[in-house]
Amino acid sequence: MATDTANTGAKPLKPSERMAVRASQELKDRQVVFVGIGLPNLACNLARATHAPQLFMIYESGTIGTLPARLPVSIGDPTLVTDSLAIVSQADIFQGYLQGGLIEVGFLGGAQVDKYGNINTTVIGDYDNPKIRLPGSGGACEIATHSQQVLIMMRMSPKSFVAKCDFVTSPGSRMDSTKASPQLGRTRTEMKLPGGGPTKAITDLGVLEMIDGEFTLTEIYEGVTVEQVKQNCGWELKVASSLKTIPNPSTETLDILRNKIDPENLYL
Amino acid sequence: MNHFRKPKLTPNKLVSMKEAIADAVKPGCNLYLEGFTHLISFAAGHEIIRQQIKDLTAIRLTPDLVYDQLIEAGLVKKLVFSWAGNPGVGSLHALRRVSQKDSAKKIEMEEYSHFGMVARLLAGSSGLPFWPLKNYEGTHIAEVNPKIKSIDCPYTGEKFATVPALNPDVAIVHVQRADKEGNAQVWGLMGTQKEAAFAAERVIVVAEEIVDTSIIRRDPNRTLIPGILVDHVVHEPWGCHPSYAQGYYDRDNQFYVDWEDISRDPASYKNYLDAFVFGVKDRHEYIQKMGTDLMSRLKAKPRKCEGVDYGY
Repeated sequence: MATDTANTGAKPLKPSERMAVRASQELKDRQVVFVGIGLPNLACNLARATHAPQLFMIYESGTIGTLPARLPVSIGDPTLVTDSLAIVSQADIFQGYLQGGLIEVGFLGGAQVDKYGNINTTVIGDYDNPKIRLPGSGGACEIATHSQQVLIMMRMSPKSFVAKCDFVTSPGSRMDSTKASPQLGRTRTEMKLPGGGPTKAITDLGVLEMIDGEFTLTEIYEGVTVEQVKQNCGWELKVASSLKTIPNPSTETLDILRNKIDPENLYL
Repeated sequence: MNHFRKPKLTPNKLVSMKEAIADAVKPGCNLYLEGFTHLISFAAGHEIIRQQIKDLTAIRLTPDLVYDQLIEAGLVKKLVFSWAGNPGVGSLHALRRVSQKDSAKKIEMEEYSHFGMVARLLAGSSGLPFWPLKNYEGTHIAEVNPKIKSIDCPYTGEKFATVPALNPDVAIVHVQRADKEGNAQVWGLMGTQKEAAFAAERVIVVAEEIVDTSIIRRDPNRTLIPGILVDHVVHEPWGCHPSYAQGYYDRDNQFYVDWEDISRDPASYKNYLDAFVFGVKDRHEYIQKMGTDLMSRLKAKPRKCEGVDYGY
């Protein structure tokens, strides 16, 4: 794991900080973003504090045009309500905003992801007799189905970047093969899924990009090797011929992230 | 399906939580104890535990700590849900103990996504047998839940997922203020409160404040649930703690963090229920037991809005 010291004094750069900074760079000013709690929330609020001051943030609990004054520790934190442009019911969030096609960028993470960006947040093991019972979909299935673009934020390990998800909660670029039908499954276009699906996975080692329906390593952080990324991936990972190196964040950006966005170090 | 409903016109429906729960929540019933982070009636959940009402089908998008407590107390036969966890913290440990491979006993589980649960309530609240949604293709959710079916659109021929109507036997909805007839006003996050109240056979409104009907009439746009749907009204200040009521008190985030350790170990879980649920007679005693700093720590700072003019 990279622990380079950025030019901000003695504090070493953490993987979570690199992820939040790299993800924030994906967001454009005035984009309509469906924000999740944890690292996506840090990334979005960092973008708002830096290059995207008018980022339009929507939280699943029903807050529209949200301006959180403190770090929300749940999706329904009262700070998300105060100063929002609108508060809407769950029916409106899922029907009007998501199914209605208003969400430009959605964020997802999970316990497992495969090379197609299919995500599991339901069970580890067999569904009826699981080794670990996870929380379930929540709104993840519809975020993956309807957002124009999905950014995945997950730490890499062979247990989380898997050859096959034990259960698919949220659809990626296509369905995988199954025991019953060994052929590769249908693509998003064939399934008529309205949203564009996952475009990138921002990880603690680098960035995987969805190219021709499969995640390909296109960027790595300073100090990380391709070998390291491959060792932490459960499938034979494709690597782009022109691999980019992600520079360390600036002192100023790190200062905002550490001291203004998450001063109590809840998610960093 | 005949969906005529009898309006509930009793002028004064104010009762204690004990009376409301004893009358409306029956063994074996389908219970919808609403709240989406905001306005979760822990007071009602704790009273159900005290009354030991068993074999419940517990239904909500986000079963959280209070549903987990119902499970730990052995009252839940089946859980119908879309996201079960301790928000921002981790797992529900009682649920894990009855839903995994090594579990000694298991409860039934019926699982949707949030949109699926909302769609079920939309059907239930509007007298339709099902609701269509553009969802579940490319996932295994419909494969493990035979109640999720599909329909061909009669206009475009496109295939949509469908979910069946949800009509709970009883919905419990916490609100900021209501009058004695149950006309209930809510601000801040609204979850599925309206849909749950319209879908349920019986409705308990629990309010932070009971106000005169004239106060409700001064701001009719804020009324989410009309009294004609409501069976019982309960006055329960601080009835949501550790959840919150916007404008009244903040979410007790520290409690949710501490809950991880309390609930992980069955012995400390039992100690908690013995002390804070069985060990108190009502919500008032619970709040007293929580200690004097609770209110000063969580009481909301005022943040009034402009108000509007209903004149003509």
